[in-house]
Amino acid sequence: MHQGAILRIIGLLLMLFSIALLPPILINLAYGEDAGQAFLFSYVLLLCAGFVLWLPVRRIDSDLRLRDGFMIVVMFWTVLGLAGALPFLFYEPLKIQPADAVFESVSGLTTTGATVLIGLDDLPHSILLYRQELQWLGGMGIIVLAVAVMPMLGVGGMQLYRAEAPGPVKDAKLTPRIAETAKALWYIYLGLTLACCIAYWLGGMTLFDAIAHSFSTIAIGGFSTHDASLGYYESAAIETIAIVFMFLGGVNFALHFASWRSLSLWHYVRDAELKMYAAVLLFVSALSLAFLHLNRISPDLETAVRHGIFHAVSIGTTAGFVTTDYSAWPAFVSVMLLFASFVGGCAGSTGGGLKVIRVLLLFKQGQRELLRLIHPSAQVVVKLGRQPVSDSVIDAVWGFFAAYVACFVIIMLLLMMDGLDQITAFSAVAATMNNLGPGLGEVSANYAALDDFSKWTLCFSMLLGRLEIFTLLVMFMPAFWRK
Amino acid sequence: MHILILGAGQVGSTVAANLASEANDITLIDNRPNVLDELRDRLDIRTVVGQASHPDVLASAGLGDADMLIAVTNSDETNMVACQVAHTLFHTPTKIARVRSPEYLAYQNLFSGDAFPVDVLISPEQIISQYVQRLIEYPGALQVLDFANGRAQLVGVKAYYGGPLVGHEIRTLHDHMPGTDARVAAIYRRGHAIIPEGNRVIEADDEVFFIAARKDIRKVMSELRKLDKPFHRIMLAGGGNIGKRLAEALEQKYQVKVLERNPSRARMLSQQLNKCIVLLGDSADEDLLLEENIDQMDVFCAITNDDEANILSSMLAKRLGARKVMALINRPAYVDLIENEETIDVAISPQTITIGVLLTHVRRGDVVAVHSLRRGAAEAIEAVAHGDARTSHVVGRSVEEIHLPQGATISAIVRGDEVLMAHHDTRIEADDHLIMFLLDRRRIADVEKLFQVSVTFM
Repeated sequence: MHQGAILRIIGLLLMLFSIALLPPILINLAYGEDAGQAFLFSYVLLLCAGFVLWLPVRRIDSDLRLRDGFMIVVMFWTVLGLAGALPFLFYEPLKIQPADAVFESVSGLTTTGATVLIGLDDLPHSILLYRQELQWLGGMGIIVLAVAVMPMLGVGGMQLYRAEAPGPVKDAKLTPRIAETAKALWYIYLGLTLACCIAYWLGGMTLFDAIAHSFSTIAIGGFSTHDASLGYYESAAIETIAIVFMFLGGVNFALHFASWRSLSLWHYVRDAELKMYAAVLLFVSALSLAFLHLNRISPDLETAVRHGIFHAVSIGTTAGFVTTDYSAWPAFVSVMLLFASFVGGCAGSTGGGLKVIRVLLLFKQGQRELLRLIHPSAQVVVKLGRQPVSDSVIDAVWGFFAAYVACFVIIMLLLMMDGLDQITAFSAVAATMNNLGPGLGEVSANYAALDDFSKWTLCFSMLLGRLEIFTLLVMFMPAFWRK
Repeated sequence: MHILILGAGQVGSTVAANLASEANDITLIDNRPNVLDELRDRLDIRTVVGQASHPDVLASAGLGDADMLIAVTNSDETNMVACQVAHTLFHTPTKIARVRSPEYLAYQNLFSGDAFPVDVLISPEQIISQYVQRLIEYPGALQVLDFANGRAQLVGVKAYYGGPLVGHEIRTLHDHMPGTDARVAAIYRRGHAIIPEGNRVIEADDEVFFIAARKDIRKVMSELRKLDKPFHRIMLAGGGNIGKRLAEALEQKYQVKVLERNPSRARMLSQQLNKCIVLLGDSADEDLLLEENIDQMDVFCAITNDDEANILSSMLAKRLGARKVMALINRPAYVDLIENEETIDVAISPQTITIGVLLTHVRRGDVVAVHSLRRGAAEAIEAVAHGDARTSHVVGRSVEEIHLPQGATISAIVRGDEVLMAHHDTRIEADDHLIMFLLDRRRIADVEKLFQVSVTFM
C-alpha cells in the first residue's frame, strides 16, 4: 500500500469537499441567519486539514493499486462522515451530541435520509440546504466527481471508481477514458437535478424548497426541509413530479447515457433490469393501493391511489419521502414496502438496496437450480436480456447476498441487545442498510429516540449499504493488511 | 483521437499502453476476457470481449465514431476482414492491419482500394528481417534506423580502444573527417544517457548514436572503432517466418546455415531455399554447433519464437566462439536484462520495432517516423515541415529560432536527396525533413503541435 499516495488523494478530496460549505455560507448571508460562523469555521478547518495532509506528500505520484482504491474510498467516506458533522456540532442552537451530528451527516452522504433533527421547519436555511447538499454529493459519489474534475486521478481513478460504483459488474465504462465516464455521469446527474428543480418550482414549491428537494430526489436520499416531508405540500402535482424523478434516479445511469447519446428510447425498452425494476414498482404500487382502498384505510379512492403509488415508489427506490405516516398502516403494507426497498434501485443508479439486477440474477439462478432438478443433464445458462451471464458474476451475487444477510442479522441483534424491540430493530437496520431512511415503530418519524450505541451501529450500517458491503468488509480481512 | 485496437496480444497491448498515455480514447477488443481484465486494471482504456471481425462487436465498441482501426489479432484473416467491415459498414478513415503470411503479402493488389481496404499494412516478420539484415550489413552496429526513406541513417555503435575518435571531444569529429558530415545524437555511458555537447569526450565502451547520410555511415563507424571485417558466415537458429525471410535475403551474399528443430519444416525450408544449408537439430545442441564450426561463424542469430531458448543458445554460441551473437527477445523485461550484460551483442525486440513502425502511422500532423533508441531512453523523430513562414512554426526560421520542447534537439535536415547537419543558423525550408531527438517521450505531443500548420494554410 502506498501511504503517501493515499494521504495525498484524501487531502485533495477533503479540500474539494470543503467547497461544499460555501453555498450554505452564501445562503446564510442572503437570509441573514446566525449559522454563518459554524459553516465558516468548518470550511477553514476542512480546508486546512486537507492542505496539511496533502502538503508533505504532494509530489508522490505512484499508481494506485486495487487495495489503495479500497483504502481511499473507505477512509474517505469515514473521514467525510465525521467531517461533515462539523457544521451541525458548531451550530450551537441545535444542541446536539457528536453521535447525533455524525448520524445526520452519514445519513446525508449515504443518501439514507434518516434524521435525528426535530423541528426542521424552524432551522436556518443554511443548515437545511447543507443537509440536502450532502445527499446530492453522496448520490453520484463525491469520488466519482473527483475522478471527473481531477485529471491526475487517471489510471488510479478506475480503482476508486470501482470501489465506489454500485452494482455487480463494476468494470463497465461508458467511454474509453475513466475521467470522461465520470464527467458524463455527472452531466446526466446535473441535468436531471436541474429538470427536477424546475418541475418542482413550476409545481408550486418556493425556489429554495425546489432546489433543496431536487437534490434529495435525484440522489434518492429522502431528506426534506419540512418535518412532514413532501406531505407538507398536500399537492398531487408535486407528488407526481417526485414519483417521476425518483423513478429516473433509480435507473442505471449508463442507460440514460446511451439513450442521450443515440437520442432514442430503444436502450430503455431493451434493458432487462429496467423491465424488472418497473415491474416491481408497479406490482407493489398496485398491491398497496388495492389494499388501502379495499380495507377502507384511506378515506377515498383518490387518497388510496396517491398514498399507495407514492409510498411504493418512494420506499421501493429507497428514497424515503413520505406524505403520511405509513407506519400506522396495517403491518402487511408497511412491511411489504420495507421488503421492496431490499430490491432497491438499478445498478449504477443513485438508489440503494441489493439492486434490481442482483435480485433478478438470484431469481434466475433459483430457476436454474429448479430446472436442473427436472433435467439433471441439461446445460442451463443464466441470461440477462439475450446475453449470457458468467458464473463468476453469479457467484459474486450469491456471496454478496450472503454477506448482506449476515451483516443484517448481526446488526439487528446488536440493536436488540441495546434494548430495541423487534419491529424497530428490524426496520431500522433495513432502512439504514438499504439507504432508505424512515423505519417503523420507534424510528418511523426520526431516530432521535435511540441511544448513542445504536446510532453508531446504524452509521456503520449505512456505510455498509452505500459501499455495498464488500468494499467496507474487505478492511476487516487480515489478508488486506498483509504486505 | 478515438482508436480501436483489435487483439490484445503483445503488440496490441503495448500500442494501447503507448497511446493511452498520450490522451487518446482507446478501445481494445479481444476474445479472451481474462487478458482484457488484467489490462483494464492497468490502463485507462475501454475493453470489449468478442470476435474482433464481427460487425456487432465492432459497433458496440464504437467503431462508428472511431478515427482509426488497428487490427493486430493473431489471425491475418480476422485482421483483413475487420478492415473490410470497417470500410463498408462504418467508413472508418484509417485502417491499419497486421498481415504475416507471405502468401498474402506477395499479392499487393489484394490490399488496394477495391479489394481489402487496408490503408497501412504491417508485416512484423518483414520489418524484423529488414532490421536484422541492416545489422548484418554494418558489422559492429547495435541499432540501425532509417530516416527519409533511407537517405539518412541513425547508427548505434560501441566505441572501442583504437578508434581514432575515442578519447577526443565530439567536436573534433569534423576535423577527423573533412568533407563528411555527421552528428552525434546520443551517448550511453554505463546505461545512462549523456547529452552530447561539443566538449564531451568519447570514452571506450560508450554506446554512441550518430546520424549521417547513408554513404558516410561506414566512414564514421571507422572513427569510433577498428572497423570489423565484413561478415561472411552466418548461422540462423530457427527457421520460422523470420528465419526463412532472412535466409532468402541473405543467401546470395553470405554463406548461411539455418538450424531448424521441426523435421517437416526443415524439409520444407530445404526445398524452398537454394543456397543455404538447412540443418535439422536443436539450436542449443553443443555437439551439433561444434560440428558445424560455430567458432568460425561471424554471426549467430537466434530467432525462434521462444525467448529463453534464444537467449541460452546465443550465450552458448558466444562461448563456443561465434564472433557476434544476436537474439530475438519478445519480453521487454528480458531485453533490458540482456542489453546490460555483455554476453549477447544485440537483443532484437520485435515489439519495439513493430510498434515504432505502427506508431509512425498513428501520429498526427507531419511526423513521419518515431523510433525508440535502445532502452527507450530517447526517441528519434522525423517530421516534415509544411507551409510557409506565415502559417508554420518552423518554416523560414533558423534552428535556434524554433521553440522546441524541453529536452529536444534538431540533429539533421534532409532536403531533397541531401542530408544536412543542423547548425544553429541553418534555415528551414518548406518540405524539409527534420530529424530530432527527444529525451522525454511525453513531449511528443508538443513536437506534433509544432509541426501542425495553422488552418489558413490550404
